[in-house]
Amino acid sequence: MLGRVAEGIFWMYRYLERAENTARLLAAGHRMTLTRGQEEASQEWRSVLTTLGLLNAYDADHDSYTGAQVCDFVLRSKSNPESVYNMFERARTNARACRSAITMEVWEAVNEGWMTLRDLLARPVRDANLNQVLGAIRRESTLARGATHGSMLRNEVYCFARMGTFIERADATTRILDVKYYLLLPSLAYVGTVLDTSQWDNILRSLSGERAYRWLNAGRMDARSMADFLILDPRFPRSLTFCYATLRENLNELAQLHGREGKSHVAMREADVKLAGKTVEDIFEQGLHQFLIEFRNSNAAISTAIAEDYRFIP
Amino acid sequence: MSSSDPTNFDEMHGPDGSIRSAYRGYNAWLEEQDKSWMRRKGAEAESFFRRTGITFNVYGEQDAEERLIPFDMVPRVVTGGEWRRLSRGIEQRVRALNAFMHDLYHRQEIIRSGRLPERLFRDNSAWLPQMVGFTPPGGVYTHIVGIDLVRTGPDEFLVLEDNARTPSGVSYMLENRETMMAMFPELFTRVKVQSVSNYPRRLAASLAASAPASAGSTPSIAVLTPGIYNSAYFEHAFLADKMGAELVEGSDLRIVDGKVQMRTTDGYRPIDVLYRRVDDDFLDPLTFNPDSVLGIPGIMDVYRAGNITIANAPGTGVADDKAIYSFMPEIVEFYTGEKALLPNVETWRCADPDSLKYVLDNLEELVVKEVHGSGGYGMLIGPTSSKKEIRKFREKLLEKPENYIAQPTLSLSTCPIFTRDGLAPRHVDLRPFVLCSPDGVDITPGGLTRVALKKGSLVVNSSQGGGTKDTWVLDD
Repeated sequence: MLGRVAEGIFWMYRYLERAENTARLLAAGHRMTLTRGQEEASQEWRSVLTTLGLLNAYDADHDSYTGAQVCDFVLRSKSNPESVYNMFERARTNARACRSAITMEVWEAVNEGWMTLRDLLARPVRDANLNQVLGAIRRESTLARGATHGSMLRNEVYCFARMGTFIERADATTRILDVKYYLLLPSLAYVGTVLDTSQWDNILRSLSGERAYRWLNAGRMDARSMADFLILDPRFPRSLTFCYATLRENLNELAQLHGREGKSHVAMREADVKLAGKTVEDIFEQGLHQFLIEFRNSNAAISTAIAEDYRFIP
Repeated sequence: MSSSDPTNFDEMHGPDGSIRSAYRGYNAWLEEQDKSWMRRKGAEAESFFRRTGITFNVYGEQDAEERLIPFDMVPRVVTGGEWRRLSRGIEQRVRALNAFMHDLYHRQEIIRSGRLPERLFRDNSAWLPQMVGFTPPGGVYTHIVGIDLVRTGPDEFLVLEDNARTPSGVSYMLENRETMMAMFPELFTRVKVQSVSNYPRRLAASLAASAPASAGSTPSIAVLTPGIYNSAYFEHAFLADKMGAELVEGSDLRIVDGKVQMRTTDGYRPIDVLYRRVDDDFLDPLTFNPDSVLGIPGIMDVYRAGNITIANAPGTGVADDKAIYSFMPEIVEFYTGEKALLPNVETWRCADPDSLKYVLDNLEELVVKEVHGSGGYGMLIGPTSSKKEIRKFREKLLEKPENYIAQPTLSLSTCPIFTRDGLAPRHVDLRPFVLCSPDGVDITPGGLTRVALKKGSLVVNSSQGGGTKDTWVLDD
């Protein structure tokens, strides 16, 4: 396949995944702020912007953090090039540019998703409609992923689609954990204060993991097992371990197809060392924040190496 | 039901209101259908097209970046017999076009013999001196041709225009059929229609047969597009997809080891046949337009060394010129030794003083076109233009008469479209698609029918509010 097309596919799936993750983060934030006072709500919205890396852009033309303003900025603001709407539009533009690499089913899912969101996001989203809109974003992204899974040939194109998805997903999980990492520090649990479990609940919700976690832990909540679940559990599809298992699988597939490995395989192995065989204790010992920063850096390094190895640009 | 206007030929209804034979099967089916159900179907067609993304971009329209070409669900039907006669004329014309191209870039016998004035192609910007003395692989110049036809009576088909450069619209031929089959499956069990769906396979085969001698047994084919902002991008992607060929942009290509190669995830890979959908000007910045970022520097050298097939060959646009068109009857006769089976529309060349005088005297009756124009832009339709428009056009015409030709306003045939009030006749034209390779000429039974959606309008161009119809050639 063409290098340009590989790049288009890779980023198309990154954008779709990012749009979905953003919707999930907003939904969790929204739910949280419903039960909080103004000050705390404002803090929560600020942390949503930090997680998305949009705080500076937002601050440039806002002076307070209200749900309506933050959601409008994140979802559809013209002054935000990273808005969910733009993300979907870019995904669609890439799908159009790579039209002959994807199936009719995938094209229709992305094109219809874009049309749906274009209509939903044509006007500011009212509070009463927020959940409906966020639900639509998740649904459209899910449909595109489902169409990919159900209709695409398992060839090179599919590898780039999967790698884009999981690089982005690992990045999102890392960002969410990093903004809230202080809530997971075990020391807090030892202090014996009344724990704000709703904050933990919020983290799980923003990663769609609340149900799985409760089921696995019979409803008990503690920082250690949460960190273990979100970072290391190979069964949870948003854990870093899971993301990297899929990423590794697809990189290996490419190495086999091309009969050679590249810089991305080296970068992948380096990242693996940081994750493989680790327990949650090891990670806490190293420092959770430090661990997450290093992980994000190696995640970005793998992404760059993929672009180079597979000739995304001349 | 519609009654047809007695002054022009309606393809479905005879002057006495009877149903012409081509439409009998369709009409019998239609009469059994519920009217409100048919209206709902009309709305369905639009959502089908929007979902699948069959759009075209109109240059100069900012809001409507991607627009749909309206689709009308009444098919345009031609009988098998009519089609066979038509095909013979088309094949003859396309063979002549190809021979003409070869001659123009070699010995120029037709000019030496005095049948064609030399200035016609010397003044033609589509004429490429770089092609002189060079024969493309397999001797084929016009791999894909679209012949625009109009009909004025039961047996009268006339050629309105030859599109030998890069004819577009074939994706509509295919998707219109898919849409009709999805909407009215049972109709196709009642009326037997010749299939068009293997066009992409025939195109791929035809291109492969035109590959240079250096290519292996399975030549590598790529479609070259200017990119997603081009008005016909959908079609480029569609054809690449259906042929299983790569869809490439100029930035994907580079000359490596004397071959045109594309940048793949696994290094550069050679291309044997390039079905290019970019104009000559944008093909090679070293040879043509130095400002072009779309092209591939050095591709013309590879071409002249015989290491790639470019389809259509550079320089074939000469044949699209409307002044050349006016000589097509002579051209056909010169190269085939036979009278042209398909007549031209009568044409006055304004370069010729006597013709110019006639045209100026009769502007309000005539259609005047720019010699190099296309897409229905820059033309005058006398009978529907205001006095002021005619006056302004007259000035333009007098400034550069050699830039114009004029034709009578034809009474184009009509075919019914579906409206809220039932069937209503509208003017149509037809563009069949013709493939040429060293193996021969291959005409897909069908084509693109364009229809003027406004009552009485003769302009069928999609850029000016025209629509399309599925074109049926009956299997009879």
